[in-house]
Amino acid sequence: MDYVFDFSFLESFRSEIINGVRLTVMLTVVSILPGFALGTACAVGRLYGPRWLQTAITIYIEAIRNTPLIIQVFWLFFGLTVLGARIGPFNAAVIALVINTGAYSAEIMRAGFQAIPKGQLEAANCLAMTRRQIFWNIQLPQAAELVYPALVSQFILMMLATSIMSQISVEELTGVGYQVQSITFRGFDVYLVIAVLYLALATMLRLCLHGAAQLAFTRLRKLRTPL
Amino acid sequence: MLGVSLDQYGFLVQGAFWTVVLSLMGFVGGTIVGLPVALARISGGWFLCRASSLYVQFVQGIPLPVIMFVVYFGVSIYGFDVNALVAAAIAMTLYSSAYLGEIWKGCIQAVPKTQWEAGECLALTNLQRFIYIILPQALRIAVPPTVGFLVQIVKNTSYSVVIGFFDLTYSAKILNNATFKPFVIFTAAALIYFAICFPLSRYARRFELRLHRRHA
Repeated sequence: MDYVFDFSFLESFRSEIINGVRLTVMLTVVSILPGFALGTACAVGRLYGPRWLQTAITIYIEAIRNTPLIIQVFWLFFGLTVLGARIGPFNAAVIALVINTGAYSAEIMRAGFQAIPKGQLEAANCLAMTRRQIFWNIQLPQAAELVYPALVSQFILMMLATSIMSQISVEELTGVGYQVQSITFRGFDVYLVIAVLYLALATMLRLCLHGAAQLAFTRLRKLRTPL
Repeated sequence: MLGVSLDQYGFLVQGAFWTVVLSLMGFVGGTIVGLPVALARISGGWFLCRASSLYVQFVQGIPLPVIMFVVYFGVSIYGFDVNALVAAAIAMTLYSSAYLGEIWKGCIQAVPKTQWEAGECLALTNLQRFIYIILPQALRIAVPPTVGFLVQIVKNTSYSVVIGFFDLTYSAKILNNATFKPFVIFTAAALIYFAICFPLSRYARRFELRLHRRHA
C-alpha cells in the first residue's frame, strides 16, 4: 500500500488545535474538584446520613453509573433547552461531567472511608476529638490517600470522556479534529495526531495529580511510604 | 405515549438491538485479543511484557471516540468500503482488550505465589501448573470484574455515535431531532441502558460478595 501521510494541517490549523487542547484542559480542570467534592459528600451521606438520604444517593449513583455519559449530556443539554434555560453548551458539559464524576468518586471514596482501620477512630475518640475534627483530620485525609490511585484513574477517564462533548457543540480537541478532517479530508492523519495529543494530556494529568498528592498528603510527603 | 408514538419507541428498541450486538462483538473480540495481552504480561519475556504493557497504556490513554475515528478513517485507507459496524467493532475490540487484559493480569497475579511453588514441588511443568492450578483459581477471581467491565462495554458502545453507527444513542438522537421531546426520548433511552446494565452490575456485586465470604 502506498499511503502518504500528510501532516501539513498541523501548520495551517495550529491555532484551532491549540484552542481545542485548551478547551479539553479547561473542561477537565473545572470539573475535577467539584466532582470530587460532590462524590465525597455523597459517600459521607450514604455512609452516615439518615435513611432517606442514603436511598436518594444510592438511586443517584446507580442511575449515573448504569447509563452512558453521552445520554446524560443529551438529556441535560436538550432537556434544559426545552425548559427554556439556555445555559450554553460549555456549562452543560461541565455540569454533566461533575454529576457523572460525582457518582463514580462517591463509590471510590466510600470504599476509602470503609477501609480506614477502626483503631484510628477509636484513637481519635480517646483524644476527645469532636466528630467534625475526626472527619476532617482523620477520616478524610486517610480515605483520600488510600483510594488516591483509583481517583487518579477516574479523573483521567473523565478527561478522556470530555472528547464526547463535541456532540453538543463544545469544540474540544476531538471536535476540532472533526472540523479539520472535514476540510482536509485527511481523517486518519488528523486523528492520529489527536490520539497522540490525548496520550500526552493523559500523561501530563497523571503527573500533575501525583504532584498534587505530594502537596496534599503530608504523611506521604514525609514518610514516602504507601498507606 | 407522552407525545412519542409507539413506532418511535420501536425505533429505539431497534437501536438497542444494535447496541447489544456491538457490545457482544466488543466483548468477544476483547476476549480474543485481551487474553494474550494478559498472558504476555505474566509469562512473556521482557519484550512481550513491555509490548503488551505499552499497548495497554496507549489504548487507555486515548479516548474511545478518537479510537473509533482512527479505525474508521484508517480502514478506508486500505480501500475497503467502511461499514460503521465493522469500524465500531474493531474499535471496541481494541478498547476492551486493553482493559480486559489489565483486569485478567491482576486476577492471575492475585492467586497466591505459594500455589505456584506448591505446583513446582509436585513436579508439574510450567504449563501444567498454569492450566490445572492457577487458571481455575484465577477464573473464579476474574468473574466479578469481568462482568463489571461488561457494563462499561455496553455503556461505551454509545461512543460509536461519533462515526454514525446506528445504536441506541444514535436512534435517540435522531428521534430527538425529529420530535424534540428530549426528556421523554433520552429518559427512555437511559431506561433501556439501565435495564441492560443494572442487572450486570448487580451480578458483579453479588459474585464479589460471595467470593469475599468464601475467603473470609
